[in-house]
Amino acid sequence: MSDQGGAALGDRRRRLPVRAIAGAAFSVLVIWYLFVFETAANNDLFEGLDLLFSGIGRLPSLLFDGSAYASWWEWMTDAEGWSAIFERVVEHVQLVATSMAFAVAISVVLGVLIHRVRSLRGPILGIASIFLTIPSLALFAVFISVPGIGIGDRGPIIALTMYSILPILRNTVIGLEDVDRAVIESAQGMGLNKRQRLLQVEVPLAWPIILTGIRVAALLNIGIAAIAPLVGGTGLGRYINDGLQRFPDLTSVERMWTGVVFTIVLALVADIFFSLLRRFTTSKGLR
Amino acid sequence: MTTEFAYETTPGRQLPDGQQPKIELHGVGKVYPGTTVPAVADLDLDVPTGEILVLVGPSGCGKSTTLRLINRMIEPTSGKIIFDGEDVTDVNADALRRRIGYVIQQIGLFPHQTIAQNISTVPRLLGWDKARTAQRVDELLELTGLDPREYRDRYPKELSGGQAQRVGVARALGGDPEVLLMDEPFGAIDPITRDRLQNEFLRLQSELKKTIVFVTHDIDEAIKMGDRIAILGDQSVIRQFDTPERILAYPVDEFVSDFIGSGSTLKGLNFERVRDLQLSEDFAIVGVDTDRTEARRIFEASPERWMLVCDRDSRPLRWVGENDLSDGAPSLERAGVPVSATVMPNATLHDALEEMLLSNAGQAVVVDEKGRCQGILDIERLADVLKRLRHQAKKHYEGLAARETGEAAPPSEPGRSGAPHDESLGGEH
Repeated sequence: MSDQGGAALGDRRRRLPVRAIAGAAFSVLVIWYLFVFETAANNDLFEGLDLLFSGIGRLPSLLFDGSAYASWWEWMTDAEGWSAIFERVVEHVQLVATSMAFAVAISVVLGVLIHRVRSLRGPILGIASIFLTIPSLALFAVFISVPGIGIGDRGPIIALTMYSILPILRNTVIGLEDVDRAVIESAQGMGLNKRQRLLQVEVPLAWPIILTGIRVAALLNIGIAAIAPLVGGTGLGRYINDGLQRFPDLTSVERMWTGVVFTIVLALVADIFFSLLRRFTTSKGLR
Repeated sequence: MTTEFAYETTPGRQLPDGQQPKIELHGVGKVYPGTTVPAVADLDLDVPTGEILVLVGPSGCGKSTTLRLINRMIEPTSGKIIFDGEDVTDVNADALRRRIGYVIQQIGLFPHQTIAQNISTVPRLLGWDKARTAQRVDELLELTGLDPREYRDRYPKELSGGQAQRVGVARALGGDPEVLLMDEPFGAIDPITRDRLQNEFLRLQSELKKTIVFVTHDIDEAIKMGDRIAILGDQSVIRQFDTPERILAYPVDEFVSDFIGSGSTLKGLNFERVRDLQLSEDFAIVGVDTDRTEARRIFEASPERWMLVCDRDSRPLRWVGENDLSDGAPSLERAGVPVSATVMPNATLHDALEEMLLSNAGQAVVVDEKGRCQGILDIERLADVLKRLRHQAKKHYEGLAARETGEAAPPSEPGRSGAPHDESLGGEH
């Protein structure tokens, strides 16, 4: 709870270079793939590590291996088909969008509550921070044993909602706190009541920061949602999961690639979507 | 939440000159939770209708708190607030604030709204229709010296500090409130712009005749802006409440005179005009064509050491002394020193004094708009004026004190008959 103050996540000064991170994540996934590939083949961790490093050396040649791309493309167009892939993308988006909707509703309400009742700030932000420290696979798995949730998309949606609360909540709180005292005082002095001050002044002024929190949470969620299939959920994670299970059969690598690449593409599209949304929903006076 | 206004009339509480106050504070106090010393202790204050009342006092005396008690931005813990004869102590505070304009030093324009949207805040809350609101916005921009076509659709970040405060004032006037509360409105603006804004605001006020309560810590601003000044001490206790002229002429105690600081006499000269003065009759005035012997005779008959020479249109020309009239001296047209200090009848005595100090002869010639000599003003006349002002103010306060003791105010309302702020004279402070 020590860092309950601090800056808003992803605000302008320290905005995460999301595209660079997505690129780095992609590289790490490729390395991870090589690691799994070799370890599985030999069932020997140390040898696997050793091979990992030589694998990194082989990475450039692998990336420029035209035949690998060709067979991947073939699998997507002929074996799996674009419509099936599109369906998985839609599932993934549904997973993320549903959890985001819950998270935004919960966080904005809690944020306004904290803004009004200062003493709740520590406890609520503390709990939200703890959510984020729970390993994702564990959190997904925990819900399987809960009656009424079981396997499927419900558990992942709850877990993703929990993960999203902190970024959105914290940015809501900071955004509302950041509103110039003089602006609120003059609003009050002109006779805007509490609700009018909140809706006409405080939230519009905090909106860019709140929206940034939502964006950070959404990008986080798109990545984490890929493990939903491990607890019976849907989404692009299915391809990664299938590929891992079939390994080292034919098409396993193609499946994994499909899952990984479309997840990243989805994240990039979401990032662009949120920057456009920010542009169109923020007053010109604040830009 | 009560939206009904409770009515209560308060006869017998009138300002010295018989006017009904717009806002009255009756024993209003504020004690913050967890403290025992009140921030504002038992304040009685009448705000005269259509005037600028300036609350002035040292930092931390509670003048801003007092202002914020009026529109209940700070809820009083005791006492009553009467607005236009209505008790507004417990009515819906938001509804009350829509009837009272509020301007603060930091302005607090809404950065996400255009200037037009900012100004239409209160009209929108009051439910005015679009056409009326738009018309009001343009009218207010014109009034505050901003071209509506140019500024209507701008955002606050595109304004300079002075322009922003103009918009701040326009916004406060949005719903055409009868009362305006201003908390150091020009405090954060550079001195040149501040001076201009002050002048424009006074011009505006001479048309609008709003009832204004104005807070400042700057006594010069208080003197310039105030029709009446309340000098506040700790816990917002009123030490003196009067017109700036009278406060400058007669500070009732040491606290007030310390606060006004040195130069209060000089500041007082700003309120007197040359035309209201008895001009000196001791100076001899001769035409430029006067014969030298005759001139010398007139000079010797006058008690002064200087004589004024005027041209044929009786415009002042030269000051001549004894040596300039001796034989062999140049003609009267070129003798002595040129007249450099002239003042018009509507000049303030402050301006006249400045002219006199700059002139060689130590006196100023009063001229009409055609430049014709009306008479002569010397330092003794100014001293007389100051003495008279001081005497009048003293008499005024003695009269009040006499009335106070003579009337024996009812014990339930100590010190409230006659002028409301006689306490400061009673020697309790």
